[in-house]
Amino acid sequence: MAGARDTVRGWGFVAPALLWTLAFFVVPFVVMAAMSLATLEGRELIWGVSLENYRRLFGQAYLFRAILVSVEITLTVTVVSVVLAYPLAWIIAFRVPERWQRLALLLAILPFWTSYVVRSYAWLLVLAREGIINKALIGLGLISEPLTLASTRFATVTGFVHFFVMLLTLTIYANLVQLSPNYRRAAIDLGANGWQAFRHVILPLTLPGIVTGAFLTFVLCIGDYITPQILGGNNELTGPQIIMVQLGRGANFPLAAAMSIVLMALVTLAYLAAARWLRLDRI
Amino acid sequence: MMRAFGWVYMALAYAFIFLPVVTLVLFSFQDGRLPVPPFDGPTLKWYADVLGDSRLTSALVNSLVVGVGSAALSCVLGFLAAYGLARHVLPGSVFMRGVLIAPLTVSYLIIGLGLLIVFNRVGPGPSLWAAGAGHVVINLPLAFAIIYASMGAQQENAERAARDLGASDVKVLALVTVPMLAPAILAAFFLSFTFSWDEFIIAFLLTRFEVTLPVEIWSLLRSGLSPRTNAIGSVVFLVSVVLVVGLELFLFGRKRH
Repeated sequence: MAGARDTVRGWGFVAPALLWTLAFFVVPFVVMAAMSLATLEGRELIWGVSLENYRRLFGQAYLFRAILVSVEITLTVTVVSVVLAYPLAWIIAFRVPERWQRLALLLAILPFWTSYVVRSYAWLLVLAREGIINKALIGLGLISEPLTLASTRFATVTGFVHFFVMLLTLTIYANLVQLSPNYRRAAIDLGANGWQAFRHVILPLTLPGIVTGAFLTFVLCIGDYITPQILGGNNELTGPQIIMVQLGRGANFPLAAAMSIVLMALVTLAYLAAARWLRLDRI
Repeated sequence: MMRAFGWVYMALAYAFIFLPVVTLVLFSFQDGRLPVPPFDGPTLKWYADVLGDSRLTSALVNSLVVGVGSAALSCVLGFLAAYGLARHVLPGSVFMRGVLIAPLTVSYLIIGLGLLIVFNRVGPGPSLWAAGAGHVVINLPLAFAIIYASMGAQQENAERAARDLGASDVKVLALVTVPMLAPAILAAFFLSFTFSWDEFIIAFLLTRFEVTLPVEIWSLLRSGLSPRTNAIGSVVFLVSVVLVVGLELFLFGRKRH
């Protein structure tokens, strides 16, 4: 059946999607990469091969600081989210009766579907000076003055962790229910206690799921603008916030493009670090 | 002991997950100027206010149009590509699959920035069309992957049977392949719509005068906390929840029988 005519027909089916991806993804990306090597003279764009933008990103304190802040926040969020989500996924997979598991899972990820502008705004409500947390703590007599919770890194991390706990609960749960209960039973029959069975049998078996979820968290977190902008404010800027500043007044597209390439390079590094365990085809 | 601890943990986790959403929805009924405790109300005046605001309603319509349009196009392109790759032996098929999936690995901000740079020079310039094109870029990989994953030998046999009985290629596609894949195509459509409906940064970068709902909400945030923003946020949340729960009941609920 695989004649030359058949091949041409097959390409005919794939071509529209391929052309779309080429025109609206590959070409813009290549232009952006080229632009990161261009420079500005006054308002005029000079195409060329200059590393000036990259030199600025790593040389100027506030720009380099933004890259560091992005990495710090992303790593914190990834670790905290995994640590919080794993037990939740575990409880849903092994403690909740089977017929309720779907419902438990659906509930656990329902707020995942709020648009992220709205979700960050909702956290702002919770964390505001007059917000529900401060009012509750004052009501309980634990503090006398409201705490500054909004416009801090704590707020940014909280907003992110909220989103990724839901995402990771889903991916880790999917991993846990695929495991046969026999593994745990066998370990216990061979004399392991509950913790040892978990540490030496279950955890290694679920590692690919954890790492895949953590990698996804890293990718989505490091590129997000909204959460740090709404919840973190302008006290410390992240990479994406720098990009958006460069697109505004006094636009410097080449610098924004270079920052994008740096963020992508960081994602590539994370990919290489995680590649051993990644199962991206399972997403 | 451990068991009790597990249930307590679960309760705390759900409290954390629902805290912002419950606060958002609760204070959308606030009868006062600030959406913070103590709660007065309930009142529906902020919903009346929001639904009477022509900027918000036209942004809502824009979001629906961009969502439906980009989801439909993603599904058509994704379906054709999946069909081509699943039913034909093509040189370079691994590479082509890689290219089609690639946008999933790049953050929306970077996709949006690339498109902004290009659309500033050629094409329609920033507009709803540009935002829609961007949404197809992010949704096409998903639609393709979902539909491709559900193409199996089962449909192939039915297609062959139809062809042996004299159906033309177009007829086979329209009367055999598409109906058999309907659940996957619908899932891809609703998922794509949800992502487009909620997407902010690409729409923000690529629209100018006519905007989508998340962009309009973003501009509301500048005026600080207000029950009005709570009300529109609750409406957006409700639409997404109805879609997701509908999808769960309609598609996954059916699978179990």
